[in-house]
Amino acid sequence: MKQKAMNLLSNLPPGTVITGKWHHKTYRIKKKLGSGAVGSVYLCDAAGQEVALKISDKSASLTVEVNVLTSLKQVQGSLGPYLLDVDDWVTRNGKVYSFYVMEYVRGIPLRTFIKQHGSSWIGVFMLQLLDDLTRLHQSGWIFGDLKLDNLIVMTNPPRLRWVDVGGTTQKGRAIKEYTEFYDRGYWQLGTRRAEESYDLFALTMVFLHLFYPNEFERREQPLQQLYRRIDQVKALAPYRKILKKAISGKYQTSTEMRRELFHIVSQNTRTSRSRRSRKKQDNLRHAPFVIETLGITIIALGYYLLSLFL
Amino acid sequence: MRKGTLRQILLITDGCSNKGEDPASVAALCYEQGITVNVIGILDDNQSEDVEGLQEVEAIARSGGGVSQIVYSKDLAQTVQMVTRQAMTQTIQGFVHQELKEILGRDQGLEDIEPEKRGEIMEVVEDLGEKSDLEVLVLVDTSASMHDKLPTVKDSLIDLSISLTSRIGDNRFSIYRFPGKRNDTEKVLDWSPDFSEIQSVFPKLTSGGITPTGPALREAMYQFSKKNLLRSFYHETESDESSF
Repeated sequence: MKQKAMNLLSNLPPGTVITGKWHHKTYRIKKKLGSGAVGSVYLCDAAGQEVALKISDKSASLTVEVNVLTSLKQVQGSLGPYLLDVDDWVTRNGKVYSFYVMEYVRGIPLRTFIKQHGSSWIGVFMLQLLDDLTRLHQSGWIFGDLKLDNLIVMTNPPRLRWVDVGGTTQKGRAIKEYTEFYDRGYWQLGTRRAEESYDLFALTMVFLHLFYPNEFERREQPLQQLYRRIDQVKALAPYRKILKKAISGKYQTSTEMRRELFHIVSQNTRTSRSRRSRKKQDNLRHAPFVIETLGITIIALGYYLLSLFL
Repeated sequence: MRKGTLRQILLITDGCSNKGEDPASVAALCYEQGITVNVIGILDDNQSEDVEGLQEVEAIARSGGGVSQIVYSKDLAQTVQMVTRQAMTQTIQGFVHQELKEILGRDQGLEDIEPEKRGEIMEVVEDLGEKSDLEVLVLVDTSASMHDKLPTVKDSLIDLSISLTSRIGDNRFSIYRFPGKRNDTEKVLDWSPDFSEIQSVFPKLTSGGITPTGPALREAMYQFSKKNLLRSFYHETESDESSF
Protein backbone atom coordinates (compact mmCIF):
# COMPACT_ATOMS: atom_id res chain seq x y z
CA MET A 1 0.00 0.00 0.00
CA LYS A 2 2.70 2.40 1.13
CA GLN A 3 4.86 1.16 -1.74
CA LYS A 4 2.14 2.11 -4.18
CA ALA A 5 1.98 5.67 -2.90
CA MET A 6 5.75 5.95 -3.21
CA ASN A 7 5.59 4.73 -6.80
CA LEU A 8 2.84 7.15 -7.71
CA LEU A 9 4.62 10.12 -6.18
CA SER A 10 7.99 9.27 -7.71
CA ASN A 11 6.49 8.78 -11.19
CA LEU A 12 4.24 11.77 -11.73
CA PRO A 13 4.16 12.34 -15.51
CA PRO A 14 5.08 15.74 -17.04
CA GLY A 15 1.98 17.87 -17.45
CA THR A 16 0.44 16.79 -14.14
CA VAL A 17 -1.09 19.76 -12.40
CA ILE A 18 -0.76 20.02 -8.64
CA THR A 19 -3.04 22.46 -6.89
CA GLY A 20 -2.66 23.40 -3.24
CA LYS A 21 -5.53 22.72 -0.86
CA TRP A 22 -4.82 25.65 1.44
CA HIS A 23 -3.25 28.38 -0.71
CA HIS A 24 -4.78 27.33 -4.08
CA LYS A 25 -1.59 27.84 -6.09
CA THR A 26 -1.08 25.73 -9.20
CA TYR A 27 2.09 23.93 -10.34
CA ARG A 28 2.55 22.10 -13.65
CA ILE A 29 5.19 19.35 -13.62
CA LYS A 30 7.92 19.68 -16.28
CA LYS A 31 10.28 16.87 -15.29
CA LYS A 32 11.57 14.88 -12.36
CA LEU A 33 14.76 16.11 -10.70
CA GLY A 34 15.33 13.30 -8.21
CA SER A 35 14.07 11.01 -5.45
CA GLY A 36 15.24 10.56 -1.90
CA ALA A 37 14.32 8.92 1.39
CA VAL A 38 11.68 11.51 2.19
CA GLY A 39 10.17 12.25 -1.22
CA SER A 40 10.57 13.21 -4.87
CA VAL A 41 11.56 16.55 -6.35
CA TYR A 42 10.08 17.89 -9.61
CA LEU A 43 10.86 20.85 -11.78
CA CYS A 44 7.58 22.75 -12.14
CA ASP A 45 6.12 25.73 -13.87
CA ALA A 46 4.37 28.18 -11.56
CA ALA A 47 2.80 30.97 -13.61
CA GLY A 48 5.82 31.16 -15.91
CA GLN A 49 8.40 30.81 -13.15
CA GLU A 50 10.56 27.68 -12.79
CA VAL A 51 10.42 26.21 -9.28
CA ALA A 52 11.37 22.96 -7.53
CA LEU A 53 8.55 21.06 -5.81
CA LYS A 54 9.12 18.30 -3.27
CA ILE A 55 6.22 15.95 -2.60
CA SER A 56 5.95 13.05 -0.15
CA ASP A 57 3.55 10.70 1.61
CA LYS A 58 5.54 11.29 4.81
CA SER A 59 3.89 14.48 5.95
CA ALA A 60 5.79 14.58 9.25
CA SER A 61 9.27 14.28 7.72
CA LEU A 62 8.40 16.87 5.10
CA THR A 63 7.19 19.24 7.79
CA VAL A 64 10.52 18.88 9.59
CA GLU A 65 12.31 19.93 6.39
CA VAL A 66 10.00 22.89 5.99
CA ASN A 67 10.87 23.96 9.54
CA VAL A 68 14.57 23.98 8.62
CA LEU A 69 13.96 25.97 5.44
CA THR A 70 11.85 28.47 7.35
CA SER A 71 14.61 28.95 9.91
CA LEU A 72 17.25 29.33 7.19
CA LYS A 73 15.17 32.05 5.59
CA GLN A 74 15.84 34.14 8.65
CA VAL A 75 19.62 33.76 8.33
CA GLN A 76 21.30 36.63 6.50
CA GLY A 77 22.05 35.98 2.85
CA SER A 78 20.94 32.95 0.90
CA LEU A 79 21.65 29.72 2.72
CA GLY A 80 20.01 26.89 0.87
CA PRO A 81 17.10 27.17 -1.55
CA TYR A 82 14.49 29.80 -0.77
CA LEU A 83 11.14 28.42 0.46
CA LEU A 84 8.17 29.65 -1.58
CA ASP A 85 5.09 27.65 -0.58
CA VAL A 86 3.90 24.81 1.68
CA ASP A 87 0.65 22.99 0.96
CA ASP A 88 -1.25 19.71 0.50
CA TRP A 89 -2.35 18.11 -2.74
CA VAL A 90 -5.62 16.20 -2.84
CA THR A 91 -5.56 13.68 -5.69
CA ARG A 92 -8.59 12.79 -7.78
CA ASN A 93 -9.30 9.73 -5.62
CA GLY A 94 -9.12 11.68 -2.39
CA LYS A 95 -5.59 10.91 -1.17
CA VAL A 96 -3.75 13.77 0.51
CA TYR A 97 -0.02 14.34 0.02
CA SER A 98 2.08 17.16 1.45
CA PHE A 99 4.45 19.21 -0.66
CA TYR A 100 6.60 22.30 -0.50
CA VAL A 101 7.92 24.56 -3.20
CA MET A 102 11.34 26.16 -3.31
CA GLU A 103 13.52 28.19 -5.62
CA TYR A 104 15.03 26.10 -8.44
CA VAL A 105 18.82 26.14 -8.27
CA ARG A 106 20.14 25.56 -11.80
CA GLY A 107 23.71 24.35 -12.02
CA ILE A 108 26.07 21.51 -12.80
CA PRO A 109 27.51 18.81 -10.51
CA LEU A 110 30.74 19.74 -8.75
CA ARG A 111 32.71 16.84 -10.25
CA THR A 112 31.70 17.79 -13.80
CA PHE A 113 32.71 21.39 -13.21
CA ILE A 114 36.16 20.44 -11.85
CA LYS A 115 36.71 18.10 -14.82
CA GLN A 116 35.91 20.91 -17.25
CA HIS A 117 37.63 23.81 -15.53
CA GLY A 118 40.52 22.27 -13.65
CA SER A 119 41.49 21.76 -10.05
CA SER A 120 42.48 25.39 -9.49
CA TRP A 121 38.82 25.86 -8.52
CA ILE A 122 39.10 23.51 -5.57
CA GLY A 123 40.48 26.15 -3.22
CA VAL A 124 37.80 28.61 -4.31
CA PHE A 125 34.93 26.21 -3.69
CA MET A 126 36.37 25.07 -0.39
CA LEU A 127 36.44 28.68 0.68
CA GLN A 128 32.89 29.35 -0.52
CA LEU A 129 31.63 26.27 1.28
CA LEU A 130 33.38 27.28 4.49
CA ASP A 131 31.89 30.78 4.18
CA ASP A 132 28.38 29.34 4.01
CA LEU A 133 29.05 26.84 6.78
CA THR A 134 30.40 29.58 9.01
CA ARG A 135 27.22 31.60 8.58
CA LEU A 136 25.06 28.52 9.14
CA HIS A 137 27.03 27.53 12.24
CA GLN A 138 26.88 31.01 13.68
CA SER A 139 23.11 30.90 13.48
CA GLY A 140 23.01 27.70 15.53
CA TRP A 141 22.67 25.02 12.87
CA ILE A 142 24.77 22.12 11.57
CA PHE A 143 24.31 20.99 7.96
CA GLY A 144 24.62 17.28 8.75
CA ASP A 145 24.20 15.50 5.45
CA LEU A 146 26.92 17.36 3.54
CA LYS A 147 27.84 15.34 0.43
CA LEU A 148 28.72 15.64 -3.23
CA ASP A 149 25.14 14.91 -4.31
CA ASN A 150 23.88 17.84 -2.27
CA LEU A 151 26.22 20.36 -3.90
CA ILE A 152 25.80 22.13 -7.20
CA VAL A 153 27.83 24.76 -9.06
CA MET A 154 25.90 27.74 -10.38
CA THR A 155 27.80 29.17 -13.31
CA ASN A 156 28.45 32.81 -14.23
CA PRO A 157 30.13 33.42 -11.90
CA PRO A 158 30.86 29.94 -10.50
CA ARG A 159 29.35 29.61 -7.04
CA LEU A 160 29.01 26.43 -5.02
CA ARG A 161 25.58 25.96 -3.44
CA TRP A 162 23.86 23.27 -1.43
CA VAL A 163 20.47 22.06 -2.59
CA ASP A 164 19.10 19.69 0.06
CA VAL A 165 18.85 20.79 3.67
CA GLY A 166 17.07 17.63 4.91
CA GLY A 167 19.85 16.78 7.37
CA THR A 168 20.23 20.22 8.91
CA THR A 169 20.13 19.87 12.69
CA GLN A 170 20.20 22.24 15.63
CA LYS A 171 23.56 22.38 17.39
CA GLY A 172 23.94 19.94 20.26
CA ARG A 173 21.36 17.42 19.04
CA ALA A 174 21.87 14.13 17.26
CA ILE A 175 22.48 14.46 13.49
CA LYS A 176 19.16 13.87 11.75
CA GLU A 177 20.28 12.37 8.46
CA TYR A 178 23.68 11.28 7.20
CA THR A 179 25.43 9.28 4.52
CA GLU A 180 27.88 6.65 5.76
CA PHE A 181 30.86 7.64 3.60
CA TYR A 182 30.70 11.22 4.93
CA ASP A 183 29.84 10.35 8.52
CA ARG A 184 32.57 10.51 11.15
CA GLY A 185 30.64 8.00 13.27
CA TYR A 186 31.01 5.41 10.53
CA TRP A 187 34.77 6.08 10.37
CA GLN A 188 34.92 5.73 14.18
CA LEU A 189 36.35 9.23 14.42
CA GLY A 190 33.69 10.89 16.56
CA THR A 191 30.08 11.07 17.67
CA ARG A 192 26.96 11.97 15.70
CA ARG A 193 26.32 15.02 17.83
CA ALA A 194 25.63 18.13 15.75
CA GLU A 195 28.87 20.08 16.17
CA GLU A 196 30.79 22.31 13.75
CA SER A 197 33.54 19.68 13.56
CA TYR A 198 30.95 17.19 12.22
CA ASP A 199 30.43 19.32 9.10
CA LEU A 200 34.16 19.94 8.67
CA PHE A 201 34.77 16.18 8.60
CA ALA A 202 32.10 15.76 5.93
CA LEU A 203 33.55 18.69 3.96
CA THR A 204 36.89 16.89 3.74
CA MET A 205 35.14 13.74 2.57
CA VAL A 206 33.41 15.77 -0.16
CA PHE A 207 36.76 16.69 -1.65
CA LEU A 208 38.07 13.14 -1.24
CA HIS A 209 34.99 11.72 -2.95
CA LEU A 210 35.64 14.10 -5.84
CA PHE A 211 38.86 12.21 -6.61
CA TYR A 212 37.69 8.73 -5.60
CA PRO A 213 34.42 8.34 -7.55
CA ASN A 214 34.17 4.77 -6.27
CA GLU A 215 33.79 5.19 -2.53
CA PHE A 216 36.06 3.05 -0.38
CA GLU A 217 35.23 1.16 2.80
CA ARG A 218 36.60 1.48 6.31
CA ARG A 219 39.63 -0.64 7.22
CA GLU A 220 41.66 -1.10 10.40
CA GLN A 221 43.02 2.26 11.60
CA PRO A 222 40.60 4.47 9.67
CA LEU A 223 42.48 7.68 10.49
CA GLN A 224 45.70 6.46 8.87
CA GLN A 225 43.67 5.13 5.96
CA LEU A 226 42.07 8.54 5.31
CA TYR A 227 45.40 10.35 5.73
CA ARG A 228 46.88 8.06 3.06
CA ARG A 229 43.96 8.73 0.74
CA ILE A 230 44.47 12.48 1.13
CA ASP A 231 48.21 12.14 0.45
CA GLN A 232 47.57 10.22 -2.76
CA VAL A 233 45.62 13.02 -4.43
CA LYS A 234 47.97 15.49 -6.12
CA ALA A 235 45.32 18.17 -6.58
CA LEU A 236 44.75 18.26 -2.81
CA ALA A 237 48.45 18.71 -1.99
CA PRO A 238 48.17 22.40 -0.99
CA TYR A 239 45.35 21.58 1.44
CA ARG A 240 46.73 18.38 2.97
CA LYS A 241 47.50 19.91 6.31
CA ILE A 242 44.09 21.48 6.93
CA LEU A 243 42.14 18.52 5.53
CA LYS A 244 43.95 16.22 7.95
CA LYS A 245 43.21 18.56 10.82
CA ALA A 246 39.51 18.53 9.85
CA ILE A 247 39.44 14.73 9.62
CA SER A 248 40.98 14.31 13.06
CA GLY A 249 38.66 16.88 14.66
CA LYS A 250 41.34 19.48 15.42
CA TYR A 251 39.11 22.40 14.45
CA GLN A 252 36.45 23.42 16.96
CA THR A 253 34.89 25.94 14.57
CA SER A 254 34.58 26.48 10.84
CA THR A 255 36.03 29.98 11.29
CA GLU A 256 39.38 28.47 12.32
CA MET A 257 39.52 26.25 9.27
CA ARG A 258 38.42 29.04 6.97
CA ARG A 259 41.17 31.30 8.28
CA GLU A 260 43.89 28.72 7.64
CA LEU A 261 42.51 27.89 4.21
CA PHE A 262 42.39 31.55 3.28
CA HIS A 263 46.05 31.87 4.20
CA ILE A 264 46.97 28.89 2.00
CA VAL A 265 44.84 29.98 -0.94
CA SER A 266 46.15 33.53 -1.03
CA GLN A 267 49.76 32.37 -0.80
CA ASN A 268 49.23 29.69 -3.35
CA THR A 269 47.94 32.01 -6.05
CA ARG A 270 50.68 34.55 -5.36
CA THR A 271 53.55 32.08 -5.78
CA SER A 272 52.08 30.36 -8.79
CA ARG A 273 51.41 33.65 -10.55
CA SER A 274 54.90 35.01 -9.96
CA ARG A 275 56.45 31.73 -11.06
CA ARG A 276 54.43 31.68 -14.23
CA SER A 277 55.23 35.27 -15.18
CA ARG A 278 58.93 34.68 -14.63
CA LYS A 279 58.79 31.73 -16.98
CA LYS A 280 57.12 33.88 -19.59
CA GLN A 281 59.87 36.46 -19.29
CA ASP A 282 62.48 33.77 -19.66
CA ASN A 283 60.85 32.62 -22.84
CA LEU A 284 60.88 36.14 -24.24
CA ARG A 285 64.51 36.60 -23.35
CA HIS A 286 65.50 33.39 -25.11
CA ALA A 287 63.36 34.00 -28.18
CA PRO A 288 65.82 36.06 -30.34
CA PHE A 289 68.58 33.58 -29.66
CA VAL A 290 66.40 30.66 -30.75
CA ILE A 291 65.32 32.40 -33.97
CA GLU A 292 68.89 33.32 -34.79
CA THR A 293 70.18 29.76 -34.33
CA LEU A 294 67.32 28.35 -36.35
CA GLY A 295 67.99 30.81 -39.19
CA ILE A 296 71.69 30.00 -39.38
CA THR A 297 70.96 26.28 -39.41
CA ILE A 298 68.52 26.63 -42.29
CA ILE A 299 70.97 28.69 -44.35
CA ALA A 300 73.74 26.18 -43.61
CA LEU A 301 71.48 23.33 -44.63
CA GLY A 302 70.58 25.17 -47.84
CA TYR A 303 74.22 25.63 -48.79
CA TYR A 304 74.91 21.97 -47.99
CA LEU A 305 72.09 20.73 -50.24
CA LEU A 306 73.20 23.11 -52.99
CA SER A 307 76.74 21.74 -52.78
CA LEU A 308 75.43 18.21 -53.26
CA PHE A 309 73.76 19.07 -56.57
CA LEU A 310 76.56 21.13 -58.00
CA MET B 1 5.87 18.84 28.44
CA ARG B 2 7.53 16.29 30.68
CA LYS B 3 9.94 13.90 29.09
CA GLY B 4 9.19 10.21 29.35
CA THR B 5 10.83 6.90 28.65
CA LEU B 6 10.44 5.08 25.34
CA ARG B 7 10.71 1.30 25.47
CA GLN B 8 11.68 -0.74 22.44
CA ILE B 9 12.55 -4.29 21.56
CA LEU B 10 14.78 -4.63 18.51
CA LEU B 11 14.61 -8.07 16.96
CA ILE B 12 17.34 -9.01 14.46
CA THR B 13 16.74 -12.26 12.61
CA ASP B 14 17.28 -13.98 9.28
CA GLY B 15 14.50 -16.47 9.16
CA CYS B 16 11.25 -17.91 10.25
CA SER B 17 10.47 -18.93 13.80
CA ASN B 18 9.97 -22.65 14.20
CA LYS B 19 9.40 -23.17 17.89
CA GLY B 20 6.80 -21.98 20.38
CA GLU B 21 3.98 -19.47 20.10
CA ASP B 22 3.33 -17.08 17.22
CA PRO B 23 5.76 -14.17 17.65
CA ALA B 24 3.23 -11.69 16.25
CA SER B 25 0.85 -12.46 19.10
CA VAL B 26 3.57 -11.87 21.69
CA ALA B 27 4.48 -8.63 19.92
CA ALA B 28 0.87 -7.52 20.29
CA LEU B 29 1.13 -8.17 24.04
CA CYS B 30 4.32 -6.13 24.22
CA TYR B 31 2.62 -3.24 22.45
CA GLU B 32 -0.25 -3.41 24.92
CA GLN B 33 2.29 -2.83 27.69
CA GLY B 34 3.81 0.18 26.00
CA ILE B 35 6.78 -1.61 24.47
CA THR B 36 7.32 -1.12 20.74
CA VAL B 37 8.65 -4.09 18.75
CA ASN B 38 10.91 -3.36 15.76
CA VAL B 39 12.14 -6.11 13.48
CA ILE B 40 15.06 -6.26 11.05
CA GLY B 41 15.30 -9.17 8.65
CA ILE B 42 18.75 -9.88 7.23
CA LEU B 43 19.11 -11.28 3.73
CA ASP B 44 21.99 -13.28 2.32
CA ASP B 45 23.70 -11.56 -0.62
CA ASN B 46 22.12 -13.99 -3.09
CA GLN B 47 18.57 -13.81 -1.72
CA SER B 48 15.87 -11.70 -3.31
CA GLU B 49 13.83 -9.33 -1.20
CA ASP B 50 10.64 -11.37 -1.06
CA VAL B 51 12.16 -14.47 0.49
CA GLU B 52 9.79 -16.94 2.12
CA GLY B 53 10.69 -16.91 5.84
CA LEU B 54 10.98 -13.16 6.14
CA GLN B 55 7.30 -12.37 5.67
CA GLU B 56 6.94 -12.90 9.39
CA VAL B 57 9.16 -9.86 9.97
CA GLU B 58 6.54 -7.37 8.87
CA ALA B 59 3.74 -9.14 10.72
CA ILE B 60 5.63 -9.01 14.03
CA ALA B 61 6.47 -5.32 13.71
CA ARG B 62 2.93 -4.45 12.68
CA SER B 63 1.36 -6.04 15.72
CA GLY B 64 4.19 -4.68 17.86
CA GLY B 65 3.46 -1.10 16.79
CA GLY B 66 6.95 -0.78 15.41
CA VAL B 67 8.96 -0.53 12.21
CA SER B 68 10.29 -3.37 10.08
CA GLN B 69 12.88 -3.46 7.37
CA ILE B 70 14.47 -6.24 5.33
CA VAL B 71 18.09 -5.58 4.35
CA TYR B 72 21.30 -7.06 3.00
CA SER B 73 23.93 -7.28 5.72
CA LYS B 74 26.07 -4.52 4.21
CA ASP B 75 23.29 -2.00 4.89
CA LEU B 76 22.60 -3.27 8.37
CA ALA B 77 24.33 -0.52 10.37
CA GLN B 78 22.43 2.36 8.82
CA THR B 79 19.16 0.42 8.93
CA VAL B 80 19.42 -0.44 12.62
CA GLN B 81 19.77 3.19 13.65
CA MET B 82 17.16 4.38 11.15
CA VAL B 83 14.56 1.86 12.30
CA THR B 84 15.16 2.75 15.94
CA ARG B 85 14.85 6.49 15.31
CA GLN B 86 11.82 6.06 13.09
CA ALA B 87 10.06 3.97 15.71
CA MET B 88 10.79 6.59 18.36
CA THR B 89 9.30 9.33 16.22
CA GLN B 90 6.35 7.12 15.40
CA THR B 91 5.64 6.41 19.06
CA ILE B 92 5.91 10.07 20.01
CA GLN B 93 3.78 11.07 17.05
CA GLY B 94 1.14 8.57 18.09
CA PHE B 95 1.19 10.08 21.53
CA VAL B 96 0.96 13.63 20.19
CA HIS B 97 -1.86 12.62 17.82
CA GLN B 98 -3.73 11.28 20.80
CA GLU B 99 -3.32 14.58 22.61
CA LEU B 100 -4.36 16.47 19.50
CA LYS B 101 -7.52 14.45 19.18
CA GLU B 102 -8.40 15.35 22.72
CA ILE B 103 -7.85 19.03 22.00
CA LEU B 104 -9.26 19.26 18.47
CA GLY B 105 -11.89 16.59 18.67
CA ARG B 106 -12.29 13.18 17.09
CA ASP B 107 -10.93 12.35 13.62
CA GLN B 108 -8.67 15.36 13.52
CA GLY B 109 -5.17 14.45 12.38
CA LEU B 110 -2.04 16.30 11.42
CA GLU B 111 -3.42 16.63 7.86
CA ASP B 112 -6.37 18.68 9.08
CA ILE B 113 -4.16 21.40 10.46
CA GLU B 114 -2.79 24.21 8.32
CA PRO B 115 0.77 23.54 7.08
CA GLU B 116 2.09 26.50 9.10
CA LYS B 117 0.81 25.14 12.43
CA ARG B 118 1.93 21.61 11.55
CA GLY B 119 5.50 22.86 11.81
CA GLU B 120 5.09 23.78 15.44
CA ILE B 121 3.69 20.36 16.28
CA MET B 122 6.56 18.59 14.55
CA GLU B 123 8.99 20.73 16.50
CA VAL B 124 7.49 19.35 19.69
CA VAL B 125 7.76 15.79 18.33
CA GLU B 126 11.41 16.31 17.39
CA ASP B 127 12.16 17.87 20.71
CA LEU B 128 10.67 14.91 22.58
CA GLY B 129 12.61 12.46 20.41
CA GLU B 130 15.81 14.24 21.25
CA LYS B 131 15.24 14.52 24.98
CA SER B 132 13.29 11.38 25.90
CA ASP B 133 15.01 8.59 27.70
CA LEU B 134 15.23 5.39 25.70
CA GLU B 135 15.44 1.74 26.67
CA VAL B 136 16.30 -0.74 23.93
CA LEU B 137 16.42 -4.48 24.43
CA VAL B 138 18.16 -6.08 21.47
CA LEU B 139 17.16 -9.63 20.64
CA VAL B 140 19.66 -11.34 18.33
CA ASP B 141 18.89 -14.51 16.43
CA THR B 142 21.93 -16.80 16.89
CA SER B 143 20.63 -19.86 15.10
CA ALA B 144 23.15 -21.61 12.82
CA SER B 145 22.35 -19.66 9.65
CA MET B 146 23.30 -16.38 11.37
CA HIS B 147 26.92 -17.47 11.83
CA ASP B 148 28.51 -15.30 9.11
CA LYS B 149 26.35 -12.31 9.98
CA LEU B 150 27.17 -11.97 13.68
CA PRO B 151 30.25 -9.72 13.23
CA THR B 152 28.13 -7.34 11.13
CA VAL B 153 25.37 -7.38 13.76
CA LYS B 154 27.93 -6.47 16.42
CA ASP B 155 29.27 -3.54 14.34
CA SER B 156 25.73 -2.32 13.71
CA LEU B 157 24.93 -2.32 17.42
CA ILE B 158 28.07 -0.30 18.17
CA ASP B 159 26.96 2.08 15.44
CA LEU B 160 23.48 2.30 16.98
CA SER B 161 24.96 3.24 20.32
CA ILE B 162 27.02 6.01 18.62
CA SER B 163 23.81 7.42 17.17
CA LEU B 164 21.72 7.20 20.30
CA THR B 165 24.31 8.46 22.75
CA SER B 166 24.64 11.56 20.55
CA ARG B 167 21.14 12.51 21.69
CA ILE B 168 20.44 14.66 24.72
CA GLY B 169 18.25 12.06 26.47
CA ASP B 170 19.59 9.08 28.42
CA ASN B 171 19.87 5.57 27.00
CA ARG B 172 19.83 2.07 28.42
CA PHE B 173 20.67 -0.96 26.30
CA SER B 174 20.69 -4.66 26.88
CA ILE B 175 21.25 -7.65 24.61
CA TYR B 176 19.73 -11.13 24.59
CA ARG B 177 20.35 -13.99 22.19
CA PHE B 178 18.10 -16.80 21.05
CA PRO B 179 18.52 -19.74 21.08
CA GLY B 180 20.97 -19.75 23.99
CA LYS B 181 23.38 -22.53 24.81
CA ARG B 182 20.96 -24.18 27.22
CA ASN B 183 17.71 -22.22 27.12
CA ASP B 184 15.60 -20.60 24.44
CA THR B 185 16.91 -17.20 25.46
CA GLU B 186 20.12 -16.10 27.11
CA LYS B 187 21.38 -12.77 28.43
CA VAL B 188 24.43 -11.35 26.62
CA LEU B 189 24.68 -7.87 28.14
CA ASP B 190 22.79 -6.47 31.11
CA TRP B 191 21.27 -2.97 31.07
CA SER B 192 24.03 -0.43 30.49
CA PRO B 193 24.29 3.13 29.14
CA ASP B 194 26.28 2.15 26.04
CA PHE B 195 27.81 -0.78 24.20
CA SER B 196 31.40 -0.31 25.35
CA GLU B 197 31.58 -3.86 26.72
CA ILE B 198 30.11 -5.42 23.63
CA GLN B 199 33.49 -6.37 22.11
CA SER B 200 34.21 -8.91 24.84
CA VAL B 201 30.74 -10.32 25.43
CA PHE B 202 29.16 -10.54 22.00
CA PRO B 203 28.68 -14.16 20.89
CA LYS B 204 30.98 -15.41 18.18
CA LEU B 205 29.31 -18.78 18.01
CA THR B 206 25.87 -19.80 16.91
CA SER B 207 23.97 -22.69 18.35
CA GLY B 208 21.42 -25.11 16.98
CA GLY B 209 18.90 -24.98 14.20
CA ILE B 210 15.82 -23.92 16.13
CA THR B 211 14.53 -20.35 16.07
CA PRO B 212 12.26 -19.76 19.09
CA THR B 213 11.29 -16.18 18.20
CA GLY B 214 7.98 -16.21 20.10
CA PRO B 215 9.39 -17.43 23.42
CA ALA B 216 12.33 -15.04 23.05
CA LEU B 217 9.99 -12.06 22.66
CA ARG B 218 8.06 -13.19 25.72
CA GLU B 219 11.30 -13.32 27.71
CA ALA B 220 12.19 -9.80 26.49
CA MET B 221 8.80 -8.52 27.60
CA TYR B 222 9.31 -10.18 30.96
CA GLN B 223 12.72 -8.53 31.36
CA PHE B 224 11.15 -5.12 30.78
CA SER B 225 8.40 -5.64 33.30
CA LYS B 226 10.84 -7.09 35.84
CA LYS B 227 13.03 -4.03 35.44
CA ASN B 228 10.13 -1.66 35.93
CA LEU B 229 8.85 -3.65 38.87
CA LEU B 230 12.25 -3.38 40.53
CA ARG B 231 12.34 0.31 39.87
CA SER B 232 8.90 0.94 41.25
CA PHE B 233 10.00 -1.07 44.27
CA TYR B 234 13.01 1.17 44.77
CA HIS B 235 11.15 4.42 44.21
CA GLU B 236 7.97 3.47 45.95
CA THR B 237 6.93 7.00 46.71
CA GLU B 238 8.32 8.97 43.78
CA SER B 239 6.27 7.85 40.83
CA ASP B 240 7.43 10.61 38.54
CA GLU B 241 8.15 8.27 35.69
CA SER B 242 5.81 9.02 32.83
CA SER B 243 5.73 6.82 29.79
CA PHE B 244 4.08 7.04 26.42
